[in-house]
Amino acid sequence: MTIDTAVASPALHDDPAPLPQPRGPLTTALLAALVRDPHRSLDLRHLSWEGDAASALADEDLQLALWIAYELHYRGLAGVDERWEWHPELLWARARWEEHLVAGLELAVPRPTGLDADDVVRELVALAEADAGPSLSKHLMRDADADQLREFLVHRSIYHLKEADPHSWGIPRLSGRVKGAMVSIQADEYGGGVASGMHAQLFRSLMHDWSVDDTYGVHVDHVPALTLLGTNVMSLFGLHRLWRGALVGHLTAIEMSSSTPNARYARAHRRLGGGEEAARFFDEHVVADAVHEQIALHDMAAGLARVEPAIAGDVVFGARCALHVDTLLAEHVIGAWESGRSSLRTPGLAA
Amino acid sequence: MSADEVTVTVCPDGPLLLRGPARLLGVDGSEVDHDRSVIALCRCGRSRLKPLCDGSHRLARFKDAATPEQMAHVLAHATPLPADESDDAA
Repeated sequence: MTIDTAVASPALHDDPAPLPQPRGPLTTALLAALVRDPHRSLDLRHLSWEGDAASALADEDLQLALWIAYELHYRGLAGVDERWEWHPELLWARARWEEHLVAGLELAVPRPTGLDADDVVRELVALAEADAGPSLSKHLMRDADADQLREFLVHRSIYHLKEADPHSWGIPRLSGRVKGAMVSIQADEYGGGVASGMHAQLFRSLMHDWSVDDTYGVHVDHVPALTLLGTNVMSLFGLHRLWRGALVGHLTAIEMSSSTPNARYARAHRRLGGGEEAARFFDEHVVADAVHEQIALHDMAAGLARVEPAIAGDVVFGARCALHVDTLLAEHVIGAWESGRSSLRTPGLAA
Repeated sequence: MSADEVTVTVCPDGPLLLRGPARLLGVDGSEVDHDRSVIALCRCGRSRLKPLCDGSHRLARFKDAATPEQMAHVLAHATPLPADESDDAA
């Protein structure tokens, strides 16, 4: 056992994310509003997005607007007054953007109703067994070069530097055994309370090992809408009690689709010369998520379907959303790499 | 379930979930130290991290329903649960 590299990494405290560059009329107007004093009465009804459901998931302007609005609830945004988090005009505008996001998701994957707990288990297992879409983990394991692995880390940093946080919003919305199941999973995600063991910090060590800037939020400008979409879906489900079923299904899908890909990522990391200590992020996910898969499926997802059968269908919907969003990003990344391009918006950021 | 109780959950098509402060022993009785509160033990034989589960049961298409009825029958009679031709309880 070598020393904990998290100790040698930059501070474990995250400062607010830097303000990203706008990507269209909506984010231009939003960023202009956010530098103003939220205490004064502001009319933000012009902060609307005009597009159809089919383009919502991949729209750069809409997804960045959602990411900005949601980030106020996490680490905050540099230079933005913290009172914007609960500004009613901004929340009103965000609710309209969320309607577009939900419409896009419902267009992409069916939202079932009338399921029971056994149906939920069957559906979630079938989703995990379905081998749909291109496999980013196989591609990384066999073909990726070091720069592509760095790109992968940049995409994943949008979530992994706040890993587990979006699902933790669900804890106060659950109770009893279902809550206990989620807490036991989240406790592992947070390293049992030891900062250097938190999965977000293990990811930071991994970024450090590959000389990728591990500052919170620093890569937002580099990633496309489809990467932001991944965390936006989690934030949508986490920040609305209404979507607690989908949140539980989303977390379950993540846990059920994690062990095998992480074993492949670990092989990619070692094949390309990555350090042993940094590999712990992947290695730990293989073992931890083999446990989490069972707790998430049987205690949390099926457990919620049993006590709240009315939202059993949402559990499956949330899982479908998680996997669909993953597939969209994998298609984008592999498609870019196969045509010799970077999968990022601004390539050449590494080191 | 109290904090010092040890339970084994037989997961359908998956591993054994060992919860609580179980002592893990080699056959010579030597104790294997670990600090995990829950561990998943491989049941399909395909894990590369044995004795732990690494999720390989899904790729291996390992199937065992592990219903309470099946487990109770096997424990009581030492024979496969009858009238369940779809299940490979051998």
